[in-house]
Amino acid sequence: MSDVIPQLGTFLAEKILKQPDRKIAADEPLLSSGLIDSFSLMDVALFVEDTFDVRIEDTELNAETFDNLTQLAALIDSRKK
Amino acid sequence: MTTFPERLRSLHSETPNRVALTLQFSGAAGATDDLSFSTDQLLRGANSYACAYADLGIQPGEVVVLILQHSEALVYSFWGAILQGAIPSIMPFLTEKLSPERYRADLSALISVTQPAAIVTYPEFEAEVKSALQAGDSVREVIVTNQVERNLLLDFDELAGFRRKPEDIVLLQHSSGTTGLQKGVALSHQAVFNQLNAYGKSLSLDENDVVVSWLPLYHDMGLIAGFILPILSGTHLVLMSPFDWVRAPYKLMHSVSKYHGTLSWLPNFAYNFCAQKIRDRHLEGVDLSTWRAVINCSEPVRWESHQAFYEKFGAYGLKYEALQTSYAMAENVFAVTQSPLGSEPAIVEIDREAFMTERVAKSPAEGRPTMKVLSSGRPLENVNVKVLDENRKEVVDGTIGEVALQSDCMLTSYYHREEATEKAFADGWYLTGDYGFTQNGEVFVSGRKKDMIIVGGKNVYPQDLEALTYEVPGVHAGRSVAFGMYNDEEGTEDVVIIAEVNSEDSVEQQKIADAIRSHVTKNSAIALRYVKAVDSKWILKTSSGKTARAANKEKFLAELQREKNTEV
Repeated sequence: MSDVIPQLGTFLAEKILKQPDRKIAADEPLLSSGLIDSFSLMDVALFVEDTFDVRIEDTELNAETFDNLTQLAALIDSRKK
Repeated sequence: MTTFPERLRSLHSETPNRVALTLQFSGAAGATDDLSFSTDQLLRGANSYACAYADLGIQPGEVVVLILQHSEALVYSFWGAILQGAIPSIMPFLTEKLSPERYRADLSALISVTQPAAIVTYPEFEAEVKSALQAGDSVREVIVTNQVERNLLLDFDELAGFRRKPEDIVLLQHSSGTTGLQKGVALSHQAVFNQLNAYGKSLSLDENDVVVSWLPLYHDMGLIAGFILPILSGTHLVLMSPFDWVRAPYKLMHSVSKYHGTLSWLPNFAYNFCAQKIRDRHLEGVDLSTWRAVINCSEPVRWESHQAFYEKFGAYGLKYEALQTSYAMAENVFAVTQSPLGSEPAIVEIDREAFMTERVAKSPAEGRPTMKVLSSGRPLENVNVKVLDENRKEVVDGTIGEVALQSDCMLTSYYHREEATEKAFADGWYLTGDYGFTQNGEVFVSGRKKDMIIVGGKNVYPQDLEALTYEVPGVHAGRSVAFGMYNDEEGTEDVVIIAEVNSEDSVEQQKIADAIRSHVTKNSAIALRYVKAVDSKWILKTSSGKTARAANKEKFLAELQREKNTEV
């Protein structure tokens, strides 16, 4: 779990926000704040699947399932084989 | 000459039990059930709304605003308004991206111009809608979907919509401005039928066609091509929500395969999105061979996007010649041009530099850099197109200018905006604000006048985004610039904002950049790609003090390139 959050944070800053230096706090709202829009959500799901071998279903791509890095990391952790 | 209600009545008498509409995944979140409706069921559902409107005193010719997601209620409330002779206008639903305050302000502004008599929404959203109302405004009723009683006694002779005339306004379609006052495009029954007849011929549309759409119904492409055209033409429509599609784009392929879809319309970015984000495991058993036209429309069309789409889906039966293009706008009801179906749209390979600098499309000289430009097709039989220079003189083939058009399916007016309507025409020609050129009867659209950004099929005025940045503490008023930057990979534009701020400290600048990103997104529902807070005097202005967007874009691109070079 410890390295999941930094990996996700780096991916979001570099690939989605195009601000490599941007630090994303573990509890910073991502979806409800508009930081990640619905088009980028698919990229998050694909990245998680490729990197952690964990699937996030399309019905789970919403702020109720995860809205920050801590929640997303917990979701990934709970599904790791 | 006919009207929407008359057409519905004849469809009902000819084929009452034919499946008119399949609404996909329309239940609770995650529901997989599809609901299909016959013409009879569709009209009985609509009749319930027509009766409710009549009971509440909504008069023919009054506007009813619909704020609903893809659902039975949206379909019934729309066609119910038609049957009652009221003028429906579908507005976007509030998304989590947009701030409720901004949504409320936009809705209030819309109400003050459009003067609707009623608004239809869900019980959960009633309070939100009511908070946008003001004492003395035009809205007499907020109709909540669960209060509308089923009324299955369908008696056409009792419905007020049958007294409407072909030249009366049938619906309003709001253009996609980002903030503030949107223009409501008012269309008559006759204009819509003129479009449907001409466009139907271009498409060789018949009753065996199946239209599959995920497009929102508050844009012309979704409303006309993905809703009204199939329903009034008596072809089966399979409709899913854009919210479902964006999280699971493979669902479009499944729907085409399951229902033997023949026609779909997509904005350019969707070709890239589908090609890149759909996993092969989601395509097992999918058969796209029935798709006879996938029509690229509402953003500049890109040859590369078609290639990517075909490379991905050719293996699943997609025919290359199914990839088609169209140029369309709400002011012409919908399509202006359509590429002839059955063969590849025309492509010209032109000199890149001449295109960029001299604004002409000419054959490339030996060894010069070229670009492939995809045609948007030929004008429909009821549309004339010409290209004008800055003095509004018609230019010759191959010269880029403003596209102007004339047709028998133009808007009646921008609703309650007479001045805006007048300004849109010159000598009886509608000025589109798009740049393009013609060649051998084909229309090539190259971009927007007035620096308009087109992102994900949505038109965005940079001025609106810039104005929002000035509301962020630390940003110098009048010192920010917004522009679009084409992203090859995504097939659409990325939005860039650069703002001069009152701090030269990089940590502080980063904070302001974050604040800009959040504030602009929440107030425009536009996601920003690059946000840069810069020192004073970064932004270039013209001699008259206007922001020179093109020059600033060049400067930004040069800096981006330098940063990339130093990384390597």
